[in-house]
Amino acid sequence: METVLGRYRNLIILVGVLFLQVLGLAVQVKRTSDAESTRLIRVWAVGTITPLERGLVWGQTYIGNLWHNYFYLRGVRAENRQLKEQIDQLRLEQVRLNQDAEQAHRLQALLSFKQRYISKTVAAQVIGSSGSDQSRSVYIDKGVSDGIEQGMAVLTADGVVGKVLTVFPSTSLVLLINDQSSGVGAILEKSRVQGVLRGTPNGEVMLERVMSDEQVAPGETLLTSGGDQIFPKGLPLGRVAKVAGTDSGLFLNVKVKPAANLGRLEEVLVVLARQEHQATAEGTGRVRTVDIMAQRLPSVPDKPAVSAGSAGSGVPRTAANDGAATTTGKPQSPTGVKPQTSAPFVRPKPIESDATKPQGSISMTGVANKPATNPASGVTSAAPPKTVTAAPGKPAISRPKTVTPATGTPASEDDSH
Amino acid sequence: MPITYTSGEQVEVYRFSAPVTVGVPLLALFLQAFVPLRFPFFSIFDLPLLVTIFFAMARRNPVSGLLTGALIGLIQDALTHRAIGLYGIAKTVVGFGASSMGAKLDAENAGARFLLTLGFYLLHSAVYFTVARGMVSLTLDWSWSRGVLAGLANAAVGVALYFVLDRFKQRT
Repeated sequence: METVLGRYRNLIILVGVLFLQVLGLAVQVKRTSDAESTRLIRVWAVGTITPLERGLVWGQTYIGNLWHNYFYLRGVRAENRQLKEQIDQLRLEQVRLNQDAEQAHRLQALLSFKQRYISKTVAAQVIGSSGSDQSRSVYIDKGVSDGIEQGMAVLTADGVVGKVLTVFPSTSLVLLINDQSSGVGAILEKSRVQGVLRGTPNGEVMLERVMSDEQVAPGETLLTSGGDQIFPKGLPLGRVAKVAGTDSGLFLNVKVKPAANLGRLEEVLVVLARQEHQATAEGTGRVRTVDIMAQRLPSVPDKPAVSAGSAGSGVPRTAANDGAATTTGKPQSPTGVKPQTSAPFVRPKPIESDATKPQGSISMTGVANKPATNPASGVTSAAPPKTVTAAPGKPAISRPKTVTPATGTPASEDDSH
Repeated sequence: MPITYTSGEQVEVYRFSAPVTVGVPLLALFLQAFVPLRFPFFSIFDLPLLVTIFFAMARRNPVSGLLTGALIGLIQDALTHRAIGLYGIAKTVVGFGASSMGAKLDAENAGARFLLTLGFYLLHSAVYFTVARGMVSLTLDWSWSRGVLAGLANAAVGVALYFVLDRFKQRT
């Protein structure tokens, strides 16, 4: 017996070591979440390797800053002048964008969209990678002590990078969107086709679950859809690089070029918190099916002369009053506007010059607000009301559409059917 | 006390100091995790594998070779988000094979080192691929062209690296 053990000693040890590792793998595979079972090993390994990486990155940054801030100052004066000019231009641009943003917020409120805003982020430096092509992930220098939690979104100025997968005391592992185990809810900017963005084994990024009859054009921008509850809606994911059919013919193979340069990540932003609120508005009466159907029907072309008091087809329909069709229901979350109690017939306030005030809305209960009118052009203002009632579980009725009344005729006082 | 167990008489058996035994694998793991951030093409190399092969061939002891491979592989696994043991199993097999081959062949010249490294790289890839697909159900694409090219690149770097690491060898 001893002779056999001595002769095959090396082989027996090999089989034993392999058996132990296979057993460990089997245990990890069996468990749905292996994060806890192997956490100690990972903490040790990361604790051994990342201090070196952190130190090297710190040294690199320090030397780089020393060089650029104290020695290499050539052209700084000219650059400063250019930047000041750029700031002036950006200020003008900012004013315009603020107006657009306010309008967009109002429109979203009209549609009762549940909005999510990034309210708090923390900047982190990428200090290392997993070192394996089979695990496309990076380490950042922020961890539990900085408020990082598992599942937080990670971004750059260019677009989405990935999400926090594992959190350690002072570092975190970020799973990149080009890893084959990642998935991001995505939507094409123009065609509004939705799909799931996934990584492939060779590090490419593909948009999956897109039916073959959808129109997807190369070059189209891909955004986050927000459906995964991790990434806020509307963040850039990338551009469509190539579109091809699959073998089955049911789905399209959409190859995507990521917006963020995943191969050369240096600094990232981790989304610590998101502000969430639901659009609310004043509640009025109940919605009848016939009212909903009437709103969805094509509108009758305007007649040149419609009496102000006439009901039905003579009402000028605007994006504002279409979208502002109020319905019954309690406000779902506060937005700073005190909700009114439900009242079946509420006469709206008169038109005010302030664009944030309700200016044109058709109540589903028979009350119509007067739309604001641009006297110069006669175009009905699309300025929507600041708040709108959205009944719980019932969609706000909207159909963005602007109709030009002949003389800026005010809306009818009664739209009941 | 030398860390040697081989009974080979024709081949030289080497040992390494403790700082080298611990430091070189850690340095390889660190470089493998850090350099691809700045130079993405570097991810084609597998420095921990090259270090495993070097130590296994120099010590010429199957047990120390497989244990070295297992430890380096497990740490490499721990840095990824995959299950721990994929690289561990692959490098255990390579460590055992390299030390066994080192005890039978003269692995001191560049040509033999190049061919051995190429062969062990392919063996490592095959074991990893098999375990990843068979046990963890990972979707991996096997490409002979990419495998051979990466193997050649690793073998070339390995030969240069081995000559550097030869300086740390200590005769028993």
